[in-house]
Amino acid sequence: MADPAPFRPAAPGTQPPYDVPAYLGTRKRHPLQQPVRLDPTLTEANGPRFTPALFPADADLSRVDGHSAQGQRIIVAGTVTDEDGRPVPHTMLELWQANAAGRYHHPADQHDAPLDAHFKGSGRVFTDAAGRYRFLSVLPGAYPWPNHKNAWRPNHIHFSLFGPAFATRLITQMYFPGDPLLAYDPIYNGVPDAAARARLVAAFELDLTEPDYALGYRFDIVLRGRGATPMGI
Amino acid sequence: MPIATASQTIGPYWHLIEDPSWADLTRLGAEGERITLSGTVTDGDGAPFSDVCVELWQPDPAADDRFPGFGRSRTDAAGVYRFTTLKPGPVAGRGNAIQAPHLALWVLGRGLMRGLATRVYFAGEPRNETDPVLGLVEDPARRATLVAAAAGPGAWRFDIRLQGAGETVFFEV
Ligand SMILES: [Fe+2]
Repeated sequence: MADPAPFRPAAPGTQPPYDVPAYLGTRKRHPLQQPVRLDPTLTEANGPRFTPALFPADADLSRVDGHSAQGQRIIVAGTVTDEDGRPVPHTMLELWQANAAGRYHHPADQHDAPLDAHFKGSGRVFTDAAGRYRFLSVLPGAYPWPNHKNAWRPNHIHFSLFGPAFATRLITQMYFPGDPLLAYDPIYNGVPDAAARARLVAAFELDLTEPDYALGYRFDIVLRGRGATPMGI
Repeated sequence: MPIATASQTIGPYWHLIEDPSWADLTRLGAEGERITLSGTVTDGDGAPFSDVCVELWQPDPAADDRFPGFGRSRTDAAGVYRFTTLKPGPVAGRGNAIQAPHLALWVLGRGLMRGLATRVYFAGEPRNETDPVLGLVEDPARRATLVAAAAGPGAWRFDIRLQGAGETVFFEV
């Protein structure tokens, strides 16, 4: 059997380093040793498969038991492709976020903002055959965090993606256009390349917006691809 | 060419997507040699790191409807994660090499801007001596950070040190 093709290394500055001094949490958690470079084996080139049959989709975060959550209703949609521009079909996305007031439905979140009995804040969707996904939610609120004086996280939705291999696994956050807090956020700004940061910001789209119902945001996601075909093959 | 989307930290609230049953890869009725894998995740001060998300993926036994091959465990307040799974066997490596039995782990948490990838090998396994990936790590003390210790019948212990003394070897694929 042919060896798995290597994954493409990250373009310079497009992925955050482990050590981001402005993000205090990285100080004692970033490895000091260089990672060991590993050509992929079957272990890294394969990955788990999730199907909606065993892992039911839940594409509506905006309602609990038929009751609408508080806040601005939004539709988030986009396409998952790889670095060769090919759609990533039938892959699972996991989503979680704060409610409209900036509070997570989580025991560790002690921010003094109201919980919403009709908002749990987690979802799961799958891409279709063309790599497209879509879900319904409410606009997450900003929330304070103990990193620096008067630190607030910009509005964001957390995303978890699998893709075809364990090496394509991605955890990221989607931000909203025009958010003034982005300029002050060490997590967002932990990505050195400005264009790579900008790609974490969803685009408002009138075409995704549904009249009398919800605002539409597009967030396209790119998973790692394989390197070029080795010479001579 | 499109460029891969940037990673961001999983943060402290990822339990909203957690299903604790996923830490048991045998829950769907898989049959085989059942083992537990547990350990403590510590930071550069040696302090236990709670609310970490540890993910496990194994190429063997092959995943099927009764064995997902993938698991996810949180660390508790003492920084301890714990999986139940099936003991892997050797699998093909690059070229015509054979890889010793191993598990792949991915470690995520607040303060980690990207996941950290490592591997778990099993102490006493003769194939460890010729495993091509273990062989990439020349320093025996560092290589030892990739080897789980027997901790009783069917129980394996694998601690993860993110920074400093005894720092676990992490891989970049
Ligand atoms: Fe968050």
